[in-house]
Amino acid sequence: MKALLTTATALALLVGAPLAAQASPQQDLKEFREYYMKKFPGVPLNEFSNGVYAIDPVSRVTWEAIEEDFPPYEDDLKKGEKMFKTPFANGKTYGSCFPNGGIGISQNYPYFDAANNTVKTLEQEVNECRVKNGEKPLKANKGDIAAVTAYMVYTSRGNKVNVKVPNDPRALAWYERGKRHFYMKRGQLNLSCANCHKDSSGLYIRAEMLSPALGHTTHFPVFRQAWGDLGTLHRRYGGCNKQVRAKPFPSQSDEYRALEYFHTYMSNGIKVNGPGSRK
Amino acid sequence: MADSIKIRATLKGDVCTVKALIKHEMETGQRKDKKTGQVIPAHFIQEVNCTHNGSNVLNAAWGAAISKNPYLSIEFAGAKKGDKVSLSWVDNKGEKDSTETAIG
Amino acid sequence: MNTKRRIFLKSTLAGSAIAVAVGAGLLSPRQVLAAWPKDAFEAKNIAASLKGIYNADMTTPSSDIEIKAPDIAENGAVVPVTVNAGMKGIESISLFVEQNGTPLIAVFNLAPNAIGTVSTRVKMGKTSNVVAVVKAGGTMYAGRKEVKVTIGGCGG
Repeated sequence: MKALLTTATALALLVGAPLAAQASPQQDLKEFREYYMKKFPGVPLNEFSNGVYAIDPVSRVTWEAIEEDFPPYEDDLKKGEKMFKTPFANGKTYGSCFPNGGIGISQNYPYFDAANNTVKTLEQEVNECRVKNGEKPLKANKGDIAAVTAYMVYTSRGNKVNVKVPNDPRALAWYERGKRHFYMKRGQLNLSCANCHKDSSGLYIRAEMLSPALGHTTHFPVFRQAWGDLGTLHRRYGGCNKQVRAKPFPSQSDEYRALEYFHTYMSNGIKVNGPGSRK
Repeated sequence: MADSIKIRATLKGDVCTVKALIKHEMETGQRKDKKTGQVIPAHFIQEVNCTHNGSNVLNAAWGAAISKNPYLSIEFAGAKKGDKVSLSWVDNKGEKDSTETAIG
Repeated sequence: MNTKRRIFLKSTLAGSAIAVAVGAGLLSPRQVLAAWPKDAFEAKNIAASLKGIYNADMTTPSSDIEIKAPDIAENGAVVPVTVNAGMKGIESISLFVEQNGTPLIAVFNLAPNAIGTVSTRVKMGKTSNVVAVVKAGGTMYAGRKEVKVTIGGCGG
């Protein structure tokens, strides 16, 4: 009976999605925030940057113990700082490619690049910077790219997420594409991001509590115990897609960049909290 | 050396809290390499010692069930700011490391 | 000769040796393990380990031992555990995970000025009691706390 109800609700969501697609990003954001604030009363907006630990006191105990004295991402952060401050072979640094020397800017990502009708992520621009200065791009998902973006995000800690969707139908199209991915069921398990991280947030999947999507992107890159190392947002997108037995998209593909655009916009106003550590 | 140990020694009154994170595989010797099917040999810290101004405050024996990259926290009384705290370990292969810090 | 008397003499000698050492500040932890206690670490139950380390076969439950550990372990490979023991004269704290194949995790021998507090992270094979045995003033005390270990959902 329960399973049937869930499917029915999910179907209703799917049917409802095209209608909701007409709403503006600002309206979506308002509805998104209100949904979670109502579902988890007493949790201040900014606490959602701590993910599931904002709503689950049991797992928070372990998380605080692990993060407390020696945050697992500490070494990567140091490595990232060193990378960021070391000039390329041609003498230029990462800072030369970014506003404000690349410091305290990650809250503005991703952004819509009107000249090229595309959405740009921080990792993308890090690699564009490298290539522009005669270096090879870094491999996605983990290692150096995670380390250097971890440092850039760390310098932005405390800044409120500020993703813009300008009044441009092309930007809106990217936003809508990301939103569609979020609400569309996929994979053999036939689940959408929203099924778990919105409808079922706060409920258990086996022995784990599902984290709310509000605040999700604020703590990336993330050191996941399960990975044993620091990884990027798209690495997790790929993992999540695989876990519902859907074919993952490549990291930094249009689909994931669109998803990141929508996903991060939904955390506007929440303070950047990365890099983070999770189970 | 001291590369494998991160240590912090803080003071409250005359009680010093020592917190350390040690980089070590703590391999149990019960896991099999997924590719070769061979057992990964046991490699874990067996002995840990902590001294305060040269005096041993902790002498510990560890087994392989201590987690990988072990964390340790202990407390002792009779400490003053600037006192020396050292931490050392020896593993089952005879490898060792140690580090020293001043109580801050 | 009278066997009893010989034994009595032996312990007196041992007693004075320790007294001298303490007075001279030579002894730090009262219980120092000469070699790694292999048998105790390979024992399949707590009682056997205790015999190996302390030559003890009984423990007294004590409310003066607090074990801080999560009710549910997010990750069985890394379970943070803190033992807080408040009794006087603590010499040694041993940590066990009852349901592990070999329950003994570690033995912490403490100097007289060490506080009865130890924190570490342990591997747990499955839901189990975490047991702390404290040797204080010649008596063996024990405390326990159950920690559930489960298979995760998507995060694990």
